[in-house]
Amino acid sequence: MSDTVSPPSLTLSELPKAPEGPWRSSVRQLRRNKGAIVGLVVLVAIAAISIASPLYVSLVTHLNPFNTNLNGSFVLNGQTIQVMQPNTQGLGLGVNPIGPTWDFQHYFLGADNLGRDVFARLLYGGRVSLLIGFTSAILCSLLATIMGMVAGYYGGFIDWIMSRFFDVIWAFPIYLLAISLSVILLTSGLNLGFIHIQAGSLLLPILIIAGVYVPYVGRPIRGLVFSLREREFIQASIGSGASDWHILRREILPNVMPSVIVFFPLMVAFNILTESALSFLSIGVQPPSASWGTVLNDGLDLLYTRPWVALAPGILIVITCGALNVLGDGFRDAFDPKAKLRGSV
Amino acid sequence: MLRFVTKRLISAVLVLFSISVLVFLIFFATPGVNPAARIAGRSASPATLKAVEATFGLNRPIPIRYGLMMYHLFIKQDLSSYVNIGDKVIPQITQAAPVTLSLVFGAAVLWMVFGVWAGVIAAKNRGRFIDPFIMFVGIAAVSIPAYWLGEVVQLITQTSLHSSVFHWVPSTGFTPLSQNPLQWAVHLLFPWLTLAVLYAGIYARVLRSEMVNAMNEDYIRTARAKGLSERRILYRHALRCSLIPIVSLFGLDIGALIGGSALLIEVVFGLPGVGMLTYNSLTNLDLPVIMGTVMYGAFFVVLASAVVDILYAVIDPRVRVVS
Amino acid sequence: MLSPESTPILEATDLKVSFSTRGGIIRAVDGLSFAVGAKETVGIVGESGSGKSVAMYTMLGLTRDANVSISGSVRFQGQEILGLSDTQMRPIRGGQIGMIFQDPMTALTPVYKVGWQIVEQLRAHTDLTKQQARARAIELLGEVGIPDPGRRVDSYPHEFSGGMRQRVVIAMALSCNPKLLIADEPTTALDVTTQAQILDLMTRLQENYGSSIIIITHDMGVIAEMADRVVVMYAGRPAEIGPEIDVVRNPQHPYTWGLLGAVPRTGVRTERLATIPGNAVTPLNVPEGCAFAPRCSFVMDQCATRPALHGDADHLNACWLSPAQKVELRGKVLRGEIDA
Repeated sequence: MSDTVSPPSLTLSELPKAPEGPWRSSVRQLRRNKGAIVGLVVLVAIAAISIASPLYVSLVTHLNPFNTNLNGSFVLNGQTIQVMQPNTQGLGLGVNPIGPTWDFQHYFLGADNLGRDVFARLLYGGRVSLLIGFTSAILCSLLATIMGMVAGYYGGFIDWIMSRFFDVIWAFPIYLLAISLSVILLTSGLNLGFIHIQAGSLLLPILIIAGVYVPYVGRPIRGLVFSLREREFIQASIGSGASDWHILRREILPNVMPSVIVFFPLMVAFNILTESALSFLSIGVQPPSASWGTVLNDGLDLLYTRPWVALAPGILIVITCGALNVLGDGFRDAFDPKAKLRGSV
Repeated sequence: MLRFVTKRLISAVLVLFSISVLVFLIFFATPGVNPAARIAGRSASPATLKAVEATFGLNRPIPIRYGLMMYHLFIKQDLSSYVNIGDKVIPQITQAAPVTLSLVFGAAVLWMVFGVWAGVIAAKNRGRFIDPFIMFVGIAAVSIPAYWLGEVVQLITQTSLHSSVFHWVPSTGFTPLSQNPLQWAVHLLFPWLTLAVLYAGIYARVLRSEMVNAMNEDYIRTARAKGLSERRILYRHALRCSLIPIVSLFGLDIGALIGGSALLIEVVFGLPGVGMLTYNSLTNLDLPVIMGTVMYGAFFVVLASAVVDILYAVIDPRVRVVS
Repeated sequence: MLSPESTPILEATDLKVSFSTRGGIIRAVDGLSFAVGAKETVGIVGESGSGKSVAMYTMLGLTRDANVSISGSVRFQGQEILGLSDTQMRPIRGGQIGMIFQDPMTALTPVYKVGWQIVEQLRAHTDLTKQQARARAIELLGEVGIPDPGRRVDSYPHEFSGGMRQRVVIAMALSCNPKLLIADEPTTALDVTTQAQILDLMTRLQENYGSSIIIITHDMGVIAEMADRVVVMYAGRPAEIGPEIDVVRNPQHPYTWGLLGAVPRTGVRTERLATIPGNAVTPLNVPEGCAFAPRCSFVMDQCATRPALHGDADHLNACWLSPAQKVELRGKVLRGEIDA
């Protein structure tokens, strides 16, 4: 080098920093998405209120919302009010449950046909609806991921069997399948020899709902794994003698996860809607358990006299599923903008 | 092409066969299920149970029972109900089908028009107020349980407003198109709207995201560099390419709805369609009818996916070569 | 900058394009000036991210980002076109300035026949009837060397190979006899033999149509084959501008030395190909002074100040080294004795 050239005056510190990992950048993007944050806050709020429902009952209303209360009464503004009130419409025969009092201490949203506090039942129902929504989604994602990965990775006969299985369930109108399973299992329970699930158990709707949606997640995952398998980095792993387990866990799973994450909130929303539809047909959650769907079903008989019994759970479902959908959009933008989503049940 | 169609046909028949086996197994071979007890009633004596089993052939081996049922359903076409003895299955379905077809096709026209329109408007105005507004409405639409919306519609049209604004809205039921076209439309208007809300929401959302992706494609840049108008770029290039996935969605949704997914809407609005028939037979555990309606439903789903495959080849030239 | 005998078709003066992002302001193009004379071919060369494509898209009003800010001047046939509305630009885009893109696989709308797409452009800018436009499209496809154009006019883009598709794109760009053709890395996505064919085709068509060409590339080989004049860009700034023959034979900027050293040449014995150490600067971290300084082996104190374009006649460069140093160091770099 010529001695007229001075040594570099710029140092290495000005080199760009190493780029952050895909996870961190996705999470950061999600945190910037106002809609997704609002959705998350709404969801957490609904979940928190639902989980706290026993507190509401034991501290505020002091009334078990699972017991019939046909002869009950309460005091509001100094007046004693009957829960079941004489019918003033039509022939004036029979009784009607009380409508909304808009007072959190007594029958905020009124009573149902058995004199039970609708608002408290809604809070308890939220626990069940959310429980079913989330556990079914977890179960379904788990099953679908395993099946999709195995089918897509091994191909051949296993793939053929699983793809046909997906095809069959896919071609089965989803509600018909769920209804068929529910009708059968609710009369007899599920008896698989080593496990016996009672007919009224919450596990039944959870298993049924998780099961019917498996192809909806499993199919795209199979397709994804199928194309991943042809990619150089997987081929390189196979070529270097890595075990199938290692490749599936370390190479394929991390590439499948974003899709599963993107599907997850939507799955929960589907599941809540499906649960409510099954309960609406009286073949979902069975008494004494309550869910938003069963409260809605209770309210159908009262639709024209006490519309709030049916309206309120519907509104809660819309808000919850809306929040989940917004969150799902945020997840998609952050994790996998190319994901093709099907927002339908 | 012939090979493609043959292959498609064989796989369709296979899927239908598997579904019939699956349904049969669900209702006859689920551990702990006893159809005879179901038919005979809860407190039937063992003798009655035996008699019921003999009458309905429930004491024979499962494969034979399956074979007999398929024989009567498809070949002799005289399969009859377990519950309403003497009622044949196939006439019940052919009677109910026009109701379901009327409901689904009417709603489909509405949701296609509204969904595509809303999706295009949102994509076109990306970043302005109208786009997030439409998407918000779309999210609300896909989050509403359709049957609940139906109940709310019933509540609005059948109570206090029924004497004024909505006096022309019938509470439930169906009038065939051939009998009275006006009454047909009046009876179906609100079921159509209710069903269309959900799907219009889905289609608007899917179309918007497809179009936003399309607008970032290289070919849109080429179209701009060609000096085309924004309007032409949007409709002739971006929309045309974005409609491809919409068409496949549309086919599958129509198939699923005709196949029985419109069940809840039919129940809410008291429409005696296939969904209602299925629902009633499910609650009665009337297996022959269930088998008939499920096969009918699966037939439409499988048919729809075959039609979609062929349609795909028409609208997406890239597929044509492969098949 | 311009040879006096020709009036420029296109003249860009101090073009600046910046994007405001969360991380800060990205100066994608920072003070680019150049001119294209009639029937002249100007090559713009630089690494990816050097702002060459952004500059071209901005000139045509194709930079559609809400956070972009653009300044400077671009005159096309004497008319200022920077800041024109879409409607005003439309006759120019496709009509007077044709564009060829890097990736022919994605540049055509997949669902329309190639003939339809050429006809669409012809009918947007001329009064031809459908039949006339179709006849012209077939003629154009024949001119760009597509065999059996009468039949291929009804083929879809995916039915062509990459090279053939690029020919279709060229036919489309030429369809309205544009005064200027902008080719954005037209050969990068193609294999080597096809590259040469496409470059030959462009040279031949330029003779027939008399268009000027701006060719964007990162390949000094393409420059040597095609360009009359060269603009070397680094990090959004021009590093060296001049006639092709001067820039290739007598390069002034160490960055150009690196680019030239990276091209293997027959007849020149080198121990090894020269490389440019380090990576291109990220657009967010362009230094205050000379942008190339962090990677330059000959960096000096002066380099902390941004050098202006200077030089003799129409061969300009932006480097603080003295002419004598340049001659000495360049020799070593190009012989492969040291890195640029």
